[in-house]
Amino acid sequence: MNAILRRYGPVAVLQVSGRLDQDSCDAFRAELSKQVEAAAREGSTVILDLGGLEYVSSAGLRCFMLASREAKAREARIFVAELQPMVAEIFEISHFNLVFQVFGTVAEALAAVSPEAAAAYARP
Amino acid sequence: MRLRFWGTRGSIPVALTTADVRDRLAQALVAASGRTFATYEEAHAFASSELPFPITHTFGGHSPCVELDIGSDEYFVFDMGSGARPFGVHVLARQARRPAVVNVFMSHVHWDHIMGFPFFGPAYVPGTTIRIHGCHDVLEHAFRLQQSPPCFPVEFDQLAARIEFVRLEPDRPSTVSGVTVTPHLQLHSGDSYGYRVEHGGRSAIYSTDSEHKLENRAEAEGFARFFRDADVVIFDAMYALADAISVKADWGHSSNIVGVELCQMARAKHLVLFHHEPANDDATLEGLLKEARRFEELTRTDHALQVSAAYDGLEIDL
Repeated sequence: MNAILRRYGPVAVLQVSGRLDQDSCDAFRAELSKQVEAAAREGSTVILDLGGLEYVSSAGLRCFMLASREAKAREARIFVAELQPMVAEIFEISHFNLVFQVFGTVAEALAAVSPEAAAAYARP
Repeated sequence: MRLRFWGTRGSIPVALTTADVRDRLAQALVAASGRTFATYEEAHAFASSELPFPITHTFGGHSPCVELDIGSDEYFVFDMGSGARPFGVHVLARQARRPAVVNVFMSHVHWDHIMGFPFFGPAYVPGTTIRIHGCHDVLEHAFRLQQSPPCFPVEFDQLAARIEFVRLEPDRPSTVSGVTVTPHLQLHSGDSYGYRVEHGGRSAIYSTDSEHKLENRAEAEGFARFFRDADVVIFDAMYALADAISVKADWGHSSNIVGVELCQMARAKHLVLFHHEPANDDATLEGLLKEARRFEELTRTDHALQVSAAYDGLEIDL
């Protein structure tokens, strides 16, 4: 599992790739927690770009759930975007599509947060 | 060896309501789409072969009670939930007045797992022997307590059967009338125990009222060893995963998804979803079954796992 952070205006986009399972979830959880904390300070949102995520196990889904609870407690938000078909199906099967707001693309998620962030993302 | 499910619902028994029955009749009539049936047999054949499960069946029903039939004269049963009442009727009919020997294995003594015992007919038949096996110190106390005044009119000591309580040790195999039984500690309020049973080269797991902490690799590996190569794993799949690890975390139950993952790790052959949430209707349970099957397909490697959902009346041959 690999996670790369990009910023568009006030919004953090965490690009996640590889497999998220019991072996990789601790490192991912630490990184995600850091970004949720920063987003809470700035009154902003973390967008998880899951376009490169090939597989997520129940242990990986638990990381998402913990981050969601942390974000709620800190009054921050997490959106997810760009789910590959298999991961999108796993989100539905596990009912995680009811926990997170899911967007087709990162651009759509950014547009839902701030026009400034969407404009920054659209710039070449 | 055959498994017979007498009770599959968790926490409290559930019955179809009048509204449910009317709804099914309406759905069946719509599905018949103008067809006519000259006889009851024709209509029955249509219902049996052409209508989907949620119209023709109900998951039920009674709280946990699962029989293991090895074809011997003795009976083997897991838990004494309200399914113990119809199980008792079955025993009495088969025995035809001959006293029975019943070997009971208790996961734990929460009420939904013992509530059928006061209605277990063979307990009232002189000459019957009932051996209640388990790992809890409070096993006998719990059975006596629920039949103490003012909760029930027949006290435990008034039962006609000879009732023995047999202490088992976790992770230590015991041979009970030719069946090898190994209990395994599970995470649940007051502790619960799963059972691995082996007979004639076949193995079955009864693992209900068991929560799995996803962050604990050692725990997962321990259960994978316990389930290893089992022909059937009866698994507590009370909630969808998102519920099991959020609002219902620490409630002592698990999910369909975790059942698939543990059985895949263990290379078990057949996962049976069990201990259904009483708030879930048949359509919701059918949905959870389909989701578990799809998850198994998506995550399958070189080992295919059959996935079923238990319902009252289900029989599985091993």
